[in-house]
Formats: sequence, C-alpha cells, structure tokens
Amino acid sequence: MSNRIDVKKTYKLFINGAFPRTESGRTYEVKNAKGIFIANPCLASRKDLRDAVVAARAAHHGWNKATAYNKGQILYRLAEMLEGRRAQFVDEIVTVTGVSKAKAEIEVTDSVDRLVWYAGWADKISSLSGALNPVAGPYYNFTIPESMGVIAAIAPETPSLLGFIDSIAPIIVGGNTVVVLASTKAPLSAMSFAEVIATSDLPAGVINILTGRKDEITPWMASHMDIDGLDISGLSSKKHAEVKSTGAQNLKRIYSFKSDEPGRILAFMENKTVWHPIGL
Amino acid sequence: MSFYGLVDGTETSLKKYLGSLSGVDQVGADARAAMLATRSIKTTSKRWAIDTAISMVDLTTLEGADTPGKVKALCTKAVRPDPTDATVPSVGAVCVYNDMVEIARTHLDLIGGQHVGVAAVSTAFPSGRASMAVKIQDTKDAINAGASEIDMVIDRGAFLSGRYIEVFDEIVKIREVCATKAHLKVIFETGELVTYDNVRKASFLAMAAGADFIKTSTGKVSPAATAPVVLVMLEAVRDFYTMTKVRIGVKPAGGIRNTKDAIKQLVLVNETAGPEWLKPSLFRIGASALLNDLLMQRMKIDDGYYASPQYVTID
Repeated sequence: MSNRIDVKKTYKLFINGAFPRTESGRTYEVKNAKGIFIANPCLASRKDLRDAVVAARAAHHGWNKATAYNKGQILYRLAEMLEGRRAQFVDEIVTVTGVSKAKAEIEVTDSVDRLVWYAGWADKISSLSGALNPVAGPYYNFTIPESMGVIAAIAPETPSLLGFIDSIAPIIVGGNTVVVLASTKAPLSAMSFAEVIATSDLPAGVINILTGRKDEITPWMASHMDIDGLDISGLSSKKHAEVKSTGAQNLKRIYSFKSDEPGRILAFMENKTVWHPIGL
Repeated sequence: MSFYGLVDGTETSLKKYLGSLSGVDQVGADARAAMLATRSIKTTSKRWAIDTAISMVDLTTLEGADTPGKVKALCTKAVRPDPTDATVPSVGAVCVYNDMVEIARTHLDLIGGQHVGVAAVSTAFPSGRASMAVKIQDTKDAINAGASEIDMVIDRGAFLSGRYIEVFDEIVKIREVCATKAHLKVIFETGELVTYDNVRKASFLAMAAGADFIKTSTGKVSPAATAPVVLVMLEAVRDFYTMTKVRIGVKPAGGIRNTKDAIKQLVLVNETAGPEWLKPSLFRIGASALLNDLLMQRMKIDDGYYASPQYVTID
C-alpha cells in the first residue's frame, strides 16, 4: 500500500490567461456514467461571464492584428501541446464518459487533427473568400473578410473535447476572441485544454472558458451588448428561438452548426470592401 | 489673514502647529481602507451612488496632445454625459490646462452648461518647478480666462526638505490671487510624499493656508489616489472641521477608472468624514475613463443586461 496522499486537481475557470475560481464561490458535482463522483468544477455566474467578456474585448485588438501566419503558428502550437498530453486527455474522457480507451484515443487524435486543419485555414480564408471586384472607375476594389469581435459559444455536451475544439478554433482563426461555456456534464477536457492554451503563446483573453449551467449563462450571453456573435451549437434546439429573440435586440449574429465546415469560420466574419484609387 | 487662528504666518508658529499633529498608524490606515473596500453596494444604493459619483467627476484632459476640438467634445460630454438619457446629471467640472480654459468656458456657456465649472491646473503643473512670479501670473491668466477653480501643485522638493514655510507662503499667495473669484484646490502629489505622516502634515498645512479643497495627485505620477491616502486626507478634513468648524473638500485624482473604485471612494467619505461630505461642493473625483464606466453600469441597472463600450463616447 502506498503512503502517498492523492493529489486531486482543482478545476477552475480560465479567464484572461489566468485560472480564477468563480466569483460566486459555487461548484457543482461531476459524476461519471455510473454515477460515481469525479470532480467539483466551478459553477460560473453571470459576473464571471461579464469579466470574461471584458478580457476578450481587451484581447481582440491585438489578436485581430496578428498576422495570419502568426495565428496559424499559434493554432498549430495548440495542436502540438495537445498531442504531447494525449494520455491525460484520453484518461479524462474514459473516466468521465465511460467510453472505451480505443474510442477516447480516436477522439483525441481527431481533436489534434482538427486543430491542425483550422491552423491551415488562418492564411487561406481571406484569399479564398475575398474577391477583387470589377468596378467602372479608376479603383482597385477588394472585398476581404474581417473578424467581428467578441464571440460567445456554447460547446456541445458530447464529444466533450472534439466538440469543444470545434466551438473555439473556427472563431479564433478568423481573428475573433471567444468566451466559451464548456460541456456541463463533461467539463474536464475543456478545463484541461485551458492548460494547453496557457502553454501555447496564445495571448491572454483570446480564449476564455467557463463551466456551469447553460440555462443560467445563455440568456446573459444573448442579451450582452458587447458580445457580437453567438454559437449555440451546444444548446438544445428547443431553446434556439428564445435565444435568437433575446439576441435580436442587440443585432447579434446567432448560429448553430453541425460539422466542421469552413462556413463556421466565415459565420463570424464580416466582409469589408475597400476602394483603392489607382492612376489611369 | 487669520489662518483660522491656527498659525500667525511665521515659520515658528507653523512648525509648532505641524508639530502638534499626531502621527498616522500606517498599518491601521491600510487595514481600515481595505476593510471599507469590502462593503457591497447594490441595487438602489448602487444607482444612487453612480449618479452621485457622476455629479462629482472632474472630467479631465491633461495631455500635450489636447486640441480645442477635444476640449469642446469633453465639455459637451460634461454637460450631458449620456446623449440618450437626459436624467444623467452633469459632472462637477471640466479640468484642463490653462490655455484651454477660455475655450472650455465659452463652449460650456454656449451649450447651456453654465452650471459646470472649469478647473485649471496652474502653478507650473505638474512639477511645480517655476518661479513664484510665473506661478502667480499662470493663476491670474486662468482666472481671467474664466476658470472657477484653480488646481495648484505644491513644491514637493521644498516640502520634503522641511521648508514648510515656503510651501505655506506659496499657497497663501495663490489664495490671494484666487480671492473670491475661484476655488483653490491644492495638489500634494501623494505618490511623491512617501509617508502617510507627510500626507497628513501637507493636508493640515494646506487647509490652514486657505485651501478650499485638498487633492491627492496630478495623475502624472503613480501611485496616485490609493484608498489609504484618501482615508488619511478625509480624516484630516474631519479633524480640521472639529478644530475650526470649516469644511474643506477632498479630491482624489488618478487611478480611479471604474465604478467599483468610485463607489469605494464614496464609502470612504461616508464612513470617515461623514455624509455631509457626499456632495460635489466637498468631494470631487478627478478622472477621464471613469465616466464611461459609470454610464455603462447605469445602463446595466436600467436595461437589465450588460452594456458595451461601443455605445459610449471614446473619450
């Protein structure tokens, strides 16, 4: 028998590059498929959302200005860091969801590959979706996609890691910053992914992660005047109409997605058209 | 000049007066300020505190890059901080450099802002390094241009060297220039005074010399208006009131950027000097970014959802 005391991990939030506890001081219990207690993550409040949005807004200018090459490098770095810690992620997915080790391995592999795939989009999205428009005058006329600003996302319940990657990667690759609410039942992968982010040169505040209840946080996300877009892929379709109605008052772009299409990136970008004078 | 009967204008009497002051318990002041900062002000009290804080703001722009256009925009914002909501009170005053005073006063009068004062930073702000003749002329210029409040800096070099009488005489002379035409605020630059004892000493010195207000900082030096420093100054005006039955105002400036900080200041005032000081004629907050945060918090309370900085003016 070992005399060593267990070193239990405290799962906290991830806001502005730091790991604070929720300001509310609340936690909730996460149990595995068999009902056995696993961990006490934070039950985030609307004030944690408020703080996260302030951090995301402050980070937007710098991240938006970073070159496409640099954004791609940093997303690739996220993939590298995740690859290096795959054992931990496999272990957590098995513990929380009860799937087989082989299935968990596949999810982690897919997550790494998905990050690499999105990293590749960083320097291609504006060439592929932008345009050089023919105009009747002495001008070059370009249309290029630009980031929207601060986007909130609700990650799907499952798959807890791959679904989380799909929620954040397309948003940040376009130059947005994100506040994401992780899976309620299986938040451990998302919170461990925060440690990957913290070691990946991603500027503080670009990705902010909350754990808690969708019913509590979503209405505040929808009504928040300083959130420009909302990805509700992780929200039950019965709730979509209500969220869209609340978000309509501040003209928020609200979308829900099924897969990893490039449309996920463009959904949270806006087209800018530039008229550039040329000589005759 | 009677100096409230506390000193007779000689160095001997000033030293005796300052020497009679009790010292400040630094650990106690820090702990008291930290304790008061934990007070939670919510709902209707918060709404009241926000409006009170707005009416106490000295909306400030003190940059080398200031232009007449920027000052006019600032004046417009001072009179009606939220263009979409007429129930938001005007701020206490706008605070500008001397050469902008006339522009500010004219523009305020033009847009119906007669009730908003213009404060000018005079006497070789922010360092105070100029001859007395220049400082006096600087102050006269500001008053002639329409300043109703003069924010003067003290000579910190003289104060820290113990040449208190020099500092005292300077304040007295500027007081004479202001006469009844302008309120006099005396800036200590507490970030350079090193100890709380010095802050207390400077407060009593300035009050006896005729200051209407004592002000923490220029905003050019950090740390500026920390909570313990404001506490020490509020205790000074309270004690001075006990001695003379005259209420002197306090103006923290610099580093107060959000609603939480501003409300903490109001709690300090209420719990230290007393509720009589909770009005713009006795308490001001020197700030620029603060006003936007106050407006956003006000919107949050009224609308029920979080506001965005995109809906308030940039400066």
